[in-house]
Amino acid sequence: MNAVLDNLDLYFRGFGYTLFLFLASGVLSMVLGTLLVAFRVGPIAVLSKAAAFYVTMVRNTPLVIVFAFFSFAAPVLDIKFNWLQVRFGDFDLTAFFGAAVVSLSLYTSAFVCEALRSGVNAVPLGQAEAARAIGLPFSGVMTQVVLPQAFRASVPPLASVQIALIKNTSVAAVFGVAEAVSQMRTLTNSFSSERTAIFVAFAIGYIVLVELFSFAANRLERHWRIA
Amino acid sequence: MSASVLFDAPGPRTVARHRVYSVVAAVVLLAFLVWAVKRFYDAGHLEGDKWEVFVTPRFLEALLVDGVLETVKMAATAVAGAVVLGFVLGVGKMSDHGWLRWPAWAVVEFFRAVPVLLLMVFTWYALGIADDSSSYWAVVVALTLYNGAVLAEVLRAGVNAVPKGQAEAAYAIGMRKTQVMNIILMPQAVKIMLPAIISQCVVALKDTALGLYVAAPGLTAISRSIYLEFDNRVPTMFVTAMLYIVINLILTWLATLVQKRFVGEKKVLQVSMVGGAPDDTKTA
Repeated sequence: MNAVLDNLDLYFRGFGYTLFLFLASGVLSMVLGTLLVAFRVGPIAVLSKAAAFYVTMVRNTPLVIVFAFFSFAAPVLDIKFNWLQVRFGDFDLTAFFGAAVVSLSLYTSAFVCEALRSGVNAVPLGQAEAARAIGLPFSGVMTQVVLPQAFRASVPPLASVQIALIKNTSVAAVFGVAEAVSQMRTLTNSFSSERTAIFVAFAIGYIVLVELFSFAANRLERHWRIA
Repeated sequence: MSASVLFDAPGPRTVARHRVYSVVAAVVLLAFLVWAVKRFYDAGHLEGDKWEVFVTPRFLEALLVDGVLETVKMAATAVAGAVVLGFVLGVGKMSDHGWLRWPAWAVVEFFRAVPVLLLMVFTWYALGIADDSSSYWAVVVALTLYNGAVLAEVLRAGVNAVPKGQAEAAYAIGMRKTQVMNIILMPQAVKIMLPAIISQCVVALKDTALGLYVAAPGLTAISRSIYLEFDNRVPTMFVTAMLYIVINLILTWLATLVQKRFVGEKKVLQVSMVGGAPDDTKTA
């Protein structure tokens, strides 16, 4: 256990990066996913097809390849992250971090889109028909009848998607972000006799993050559940 | 008339307006595409010699045999192991005996909450990084443990999805607990589970790409050696992505087929906390 206890600063720095990655790409993926689902379920066929194509492509690509895209191909399109030089206490948020956030966000947004779409599909048609029948205009049907129900129905799948994102942040280790898994690999390399203790320590860190998030999501779900 | 929760059937003016939007959207998307292709062309990524590798039989063979086949082998081994593990853990979780149920629950929760990459790195070191085959087995073992835990949940959801009356009727005619499980519930649950298991294959296949971090063989490793030799990172990346996408689309298509054949119009099994699974948020 000493290997971890002596390097607690590395441990917490690792999970600090994990948390930063999760928060930044969590928010971004929700925004992008909402935009995508608006295109996806919207009335404009071209946008709907384009969004569906994007979702299918991204969902079937390994996250590693998405990361590779932003390391190799994105610079050609002038998408670079060299401008990112934020220092946040002990944390250096540099180009690698920026590329990781964008990769994670774009990848997760496809899943967010599907989660939100399943929420929209869960609203019974009769609800909208009844709302139109009593004379609500389009905005009223949306804001007072359809979207509140759709949003509630999509909380559990959205929570699953974000939990998957917490775990997916580990892929940033492959592309040069010093987050938890990369620290774990470094520590295991230097103290290979204590690898089990190191593994358990880092696993506990992830379990705490995942359980905290799913606890919050459960509370929200119960809070918003209708009857 | 298309019945939609979101929109009423559009009138003639709306149809005209949407047509304008469609044209504008198409032009914008096309412009972006043309711009992107032009950038890649200007940077020399679309030149023939960068792509020539992928039509050279020798390298194509390496890509398909040492790459795709190896990756599929890893994923298939892992899924086979995961089905067995998932069955054991799932049955354990449904046991009436606390001493069996709680450990099974703990194992499932542990492996579902831990990133696959963490498992991979640990297994890699545990098997000994000096050994050549250890990285292959690190990928397989890590994927088996993770997907096994997920499939345990799928099994439980599958058994729960069998109508209650089935088990009640079986008990009523005097069957014992194991008989109810083996003769009545399992055969029906497996049918319901099949599409979810195939979808899990997609997840396993995608996760084999993580083997990059533990120096495992497979598609990503072959791609790496190809672009290091020919300096064609961008084309290699596109080809690799395409190969993954094609295999996964075939699997997804298979899952849909099995769903239609065995389950019918019922919803695809929903299992929480497996956000990676491509089909778990799809509603029938």
